[in-house]
Amino acid sequence: MSVITFVENWEGKFKKLTFELVSYTAKVAEMLNTTSIALSIGSVESSELDKLGNYGVKKVIHIDNDNLKILDNQAYTSVIADVATREGATVVILSNNNTGKALAPRLSARLKAGIGSGVSKLPVSIDPFIVYKKVYSGNAFANVSIKSDIRILTLSQNSFDVIETPNEASVETIEVQVENDLVKTNVTDIQKQAGKILLTDAEIVVSGGRGMKSGDNWGPLVEMADLLGAATACSRPVSDEGWRPHEEHTGQTGKIISPNLYFALGISGATQHIAGVSASKYIVAVNTDKDAPVFEAAQYGIVGDAMKVLPKLVEALREIKSK
Amino acid sequence: MKILVCISNVPDTTTKIKFVDDLKKLDETGIQWIINPWDELALTRALELKDEPANGIEKVTVAHVGLVGSEPTIRKALAIGADDAIRINADAADGYFVAFQLAEVLNNDPYDIILCGIESSDFNCSTVGGMLAEFLGIPSVSAVSALNLENGEDVIIREIDGGNETVTVPMPFVAIVQKGITKEPRIPSMRGIMMARSKPINVIEPAAIEAMTEIIGYEMPKPRAACKFVDAENPAELIELLQNEAKLI
Repeated sequence: MSVITFVENWEGKFKKLTFELVSYTAKVAEMLNTTSIALSIGSVESSELDKLGNYGVKKVIHIDNDNLKILDNQAYTSVIADVATREGATVVILSNNNTGKALAPRLSARLKAGIGSGVSKLPVSIDPFIVYKKVYSGNAFANVSIKSDIRILTLSQNSFDVIETPNEASVETIEVQVENDLVKTNVTDIQKQAGKILLTDAEIVVSGGRGMKSGDNWGPLVEMADLLGAATACSRPVSDEGWRPHEEHTGQTGKIISPNLYFALGISGATQHIAGVSASKYIVAVNTDKDAPVFEAAQYGIVGDAMKVLPKLVEALREIKSK
Repeated sequence: MKILVCISNVPDTTTKIKFVDDLKKLDETGIQWIINPWDELALTRALELKDEPANGIEKVTVAHVGLVGSEPTIRKALAIGADDAIRINADAADGYFVAFQLAEVLNNDPYDIILCGIESSDFNCSTVGGMLAEFLGIPSVSAVSALNLENGEDVIIREIDGGNETVTVPMPFVAIVQKGITKEPRIPSMRGIMMARSKPINVIEPAAIEAMTEIIGYEMPKPRAACKFVDAENPAELIELLQNEAKLI
């Protein structure tokens, strides 16, 4: 028996979400009184693979195969399912990011395994296997019993603490056969978002709404984000108007995020917007309307015009950063 | 070429969610049911592709797993412009159950392009599209924000962490679509609503299979602490609180 997690890499490197995933996997394995494994696919140096042991997994399996250079959902599913089966995995854990969402359902069908998706906590119980997850876009939560022998979990980003444990994992590199005709995805172009903090990775997010009046007024907001090492985001009307790119839209139909701190500037806080950010640990709102629903979700608030308040926030931040 | 769009029937996204039966069942009183927002975007994109004669799309079908009560939502999809519909007559127990039922039907009635929304706004699982593709043994592309056809070949943009990739996969395939796939959902016209009344809904009985998961109870979110207000004339105080009280910056 084992608990296995698939860990993605970004140009050969892991990031915080990897270590959250590995910490979570080690804890689930502890609950089940079994061993934990991290499976890495791609070209990753051994010094990077060694890091995974620091978060509690006992074994790291590494696969580097030319036919797995790009993400083909069928090829990856086949390889992960084979390793999970060989290792007798009863729980398979992936991130609830784009890659995890692409692979977890295929693995579920392949392994006849029920899914608990977007979990943010350890399972409520292991026999029966019950997980706690958000439903109705964060307006409620559910306890879901997974009845299959194998279970798949996808872990929400920034929701489980990284736990460092003195531990060394064995690293095993294995060869797999991936037939050429199994790979059906042909990548013709890659457009990287260079130098920007990824919205889903960010611990602080500065977001602007209709109260910003125009796309031309984003300067101070971007400066504030820079000072905080934060990502920028926006509400739906802003991306619909084309003031900001749709990748920045946070809310029910846009990005669902869970940073430590979310600034909602000139955002009234419609249910659909809050649905995308309600998992934030702290929400700070600036809005002219004291009755705006955003203040019901916020811990700190200023009733005022975001356009007037923003420069003062930037100034105060500059001051503390210069100290 | 034929396109299938899988649609889910969900409470309107502004619904105040409440439960009955000791938090075991959704309180459906007064709920407006709608097409899941991402599925509606998928349907809109399918119809845009069909509008372009060069794409050679014969028809756009919607498929739904649900009981007769969800027919108004199917009729809305027909009013928006789908040509016909398939309804698998079963309560949608979970994503695995839904995907399995759809695969059973599609094994005998193949489509070239199958579109699914990236998640449903009720259970937020993001599972049906990928599962369906695996059951059918065909490619899936997830987090799709653009889908075009060029000389009969698909050109797809998918989001990856930190950027976008342009990809192409052989048909048939499942595209799991998100924001960006189209600008705005199409709204039914009066003519569309009239025409929808006579469009066929093919009702199919479900295959025998058990769901993999079961919701055993709901919980409401814990109320957040009341908002602490700072004077608009002195935003520096807010920064001070975030630094020294909440210790966030």
